[in-house]
Amino acid sequence: MKKYLFFAALSVFLFTANAFALSDAYNNNVYNTGDLKPLDSVLQVKVGQQAPDFKLRAVSGRIISLRDFRGKKNVVLSFVPAAWTPVCSDQWPGYNIVQDVFDQHNAVLLGITTDNIPTLFSWTNQMGKLWFEVLSDFWPHGAAASRFGVLRSDGTAERAIFVIDKKGIIRYIDVHDINRRPPLEALVKELEKLQ
Amino acid sequence: MTKKILCTLLSSLMVLLFASFSFAQKQSEPPKVGAVLPEMELTKPKDTACLQYLGLSSGGSVFKIDQLRTKIVIIEIFSMYCPYCQAEAPNINKLYQLLESKPELKDKIKIIGIGAGNTQFEVATFKKKYQVAFPLIPDEDFKLHKILGEPRTPYFIVVKLNDKKQQEVIYSKLGALENIDLFLARIIRLAGLQ
Repeated sequence: MKKYLFFAALSVFLFTANAFALSDAYNNNVYNTGDLKPLDSVLQVKVGQQAPDFKLRAVSGRIISLRDFRGKKNVVLSFVPAAWTPVCSDQWPGYNIVQDVFDQHNAVLLGITTDNIPTLFSWTNQMGKLWFEVLSDFWPHGAAASRFGVLRSDGTAERAIFVIDKKGIIRYIDVHDINRRPPLEALVKELEKLQ
Repeated sequence: MTKKILCTLLSSLMVLLFASFSFAQKQSEPPKVGAVLPEMELTKPKDTACLQYLGLSSGGSVFKIDQLRTKIVIIEIFSMYCPYCQAEAPNINKLYQLLESKPELKDKIKIIGIGAGNTQFEVATFKKKYQVAFPLIPDEDFKLHKILGEPRTPYFIVVKLNDKKQQEVIYSKLGALENIDLFLARIIRLAGLQ
């Protein structure tokens, strides 16, 4: 009977496997990863703690350090698993049309993956002109993701959002099911809570 | 022993079911020209202007395409997160304005957008950003997107409502509309509105 239950559960899981609507902007160049283990890391930080600092190169060529925003801006970190994969490809373009929401709450957005710069350059070029910095946590591989506890065992990052206030304190963490996109309203609600 | 046989049979059945489901899924594609649009229930817009545009009453939370008081429905499957849909938004707005400016067409052709995987908040964000006047329907759990064959976005399906309220697909295509005058002329011809 246990076997039956296992297959029944497996079928339900597979029948409801990840759904995503890929933009034609990627023209069949997105690699289908299939359904992945929803979470594959252990969070190393908590809400209320000081966010660990990092210094990463952006696609723009700038070197961005989290510390640079201390006392000036709230920061939203959006870790996504990998370039050229489903869900990730349809996440940042949505943030790209709500710069006004970030501005209203004196927040900057930093997109981060563990891909290298050339890959991120090609991928984000398909998204149109992005208003936010996209950072490469490629080398030492996933060092920043590791400090936050969102580096997966295959070297990709979790789909995770961290909201960090001007004092550098973590105010919100959402390590989301990697197969699903976090709804925009959840992030906007957290931004509204910031001073 | 009987239990063991039963378990094996049930397991095999589930595997077979899954295999056929996967196969069916791979075969899934948007409705073709000439086909009947699959039946689907859409979330009713809340604002009066959109309800009036579609000719719907305010009661109830869902509607079906055949309830719309029109002859032709242009359905855009889009996503707030899709860069091409964002780029195409001003063009679709122009199409809407063009239709609204033509008294002979405004009641015969309506446009709706289905936000694949988008919440109500997300379609509202898109509507506000691009000042979209026609209704945008959320499809948070991809239910409609699946019924429509899981197309990439933007995808356009145009249906003609006949007297029996059947919805015949007269246009089904991936990608931007590009020239809206040519598109509209084509739809008018295909629908026999001339």
